[in-house]
Amino acid sequence: MVKEIEKVMPVVHLATVVPISKTVGANRIVPAIAIPHPLGDPTVNLKAEKQLRKDLIEKGLAALETSIDEQTVF
Amino acid sequence: MSIRVVHYLNQFFAQKGGEEAAHLGIEYVENPIGPGVQLAKMLEGKIDLVGTITCGDSWFNENQEVACEGIRELLIQTKPDLVITGPAFNAGRYGMACGNVAQVAENLGITTISGMYPENPGHAVFNPYLYAVETGNSAASMRKALPDMVKTVEHFLENDQTMGLPEEGGYMPRRVRVNFFAEENGAKRAVDMLLNRLEGKPFTPEFDMPVYDRVPPQPAVEDLSKATIALITSGGVIPAGNPDRIESSSASKFGIYSIEGLDRLEAGDWETVHGGYDPVVCNKDPNRVAPVDALRELEKEGRIGKLHDEYFATVGTGTPVSNAEGFGKEIAMHLQKAGITAAIMTST
Repeated sequence: MVKEIEKVMPVVHLATVVPISKTVGANRIVPAIAIPHPLGDPTVNLKAEKQLRKDLIEKGLAALETSIDEQTVF
Repeated sequence: MSIRVVHYLNQFFAQKGGEEAAHLGIEYVENPIGPGVQLAKMLEGKIDLVGTITCGDSWFNENQEVACEGIRELLIQTKPDLVITGPAFNAGRYGMACGNVAQVAENLGITTISGMYPENPGHAVFNPYLYAVETGNSAASMRKALPDMVKTVEHFLENDQTMGLPEEGGYMPRRVRVNFFAEENGAKRAVDMLLNRLEGKPFTPEFDMPVYDRVPPQPAVEDLSKATIALITSGGVIPAGNPDRIESSSASKFGIYSIEGLDRLEAGDWETVHGGYDPVVCNKDPNRVAPVDALRELEKEGRIGKLHDEYFATVGTGTPVSNAEGFGKEIAMHLQKAGITAAIMTST
């Protein structure tokens, strides 16, 4: 899926299982938190969790702003 | 004792002519022709090449049903123990004809050995019926193709007229599963493989891993504050009730849902149907998988220009690569039409 999208525009893959993301050919990869909640963490309070989520997306946005020549894990 | 073999050739290799003879119908002659003469010589005493079926490539493909019926009748009359077709190299119509012949033969319980270039459509379409030896892409490789096919025929003869595994029989894998009793159970074989791998020794996987190609990276986004960003997930977060009935595993579709004006995905309104992980944490707050709340805040803060009104979701677990590729293509088309700058995809 991610590869077909990369053919037409930059896409960042926020994925928990980085080896799978690599295998399927994502070029910009940001490791996520856990399989059932890649962008959340139920063990912290909601405010901290939201910040965590924003930080991860910020990391993804920074990846989109970065020029790369090959598959890169940010 | 030698076995009865019938050979199939197109008009060109049957020496009837080139494209101008491609409309010729089926003929049967009781002797080897062209490459068949060579095959009969190389397998002298082992096979009795009793006859050759020839047909024009265009005629065969334009009259497939009649052609197959004709082949069937000829095979019933000539009663071969083995059919050899081609080699067809990368000739598409010829490969398709060879494949059709193999399917007819298979239905009569007769094995077919052929020779094809791996990309010949006849191999892709008919490969369950066909034991095709890999050849080069043109007749220039005949000199190598025939000895390779001879080896496969010899293997068939020495192996009680069965083909065995692809690497033993020297043919291209047919993508069919064949049951057999292994000497050791799966756990032992897997551990042995792992130990060999850890020790750097050679090992043979029992399952072919798919080959993935790569796409060159797109250039960076220059100004995100003017960009429209689309959100995609394979984590299965969809509107409650699953309006599109997306499957929990091996998804055959994806959904497009409006998130226009939503500050977040509310629990109860949205849920995951992904069958591969515990949904409790996600269902309590679906933004943990599809982070609409955080993206909306970043939009309000001006970090990104806009979060796209349409959100795309499917279930990633067990989904065949070919399906996922199709979803990706369609989503990419939507995004392009909508003038999206870049996408964020989340996966569980």
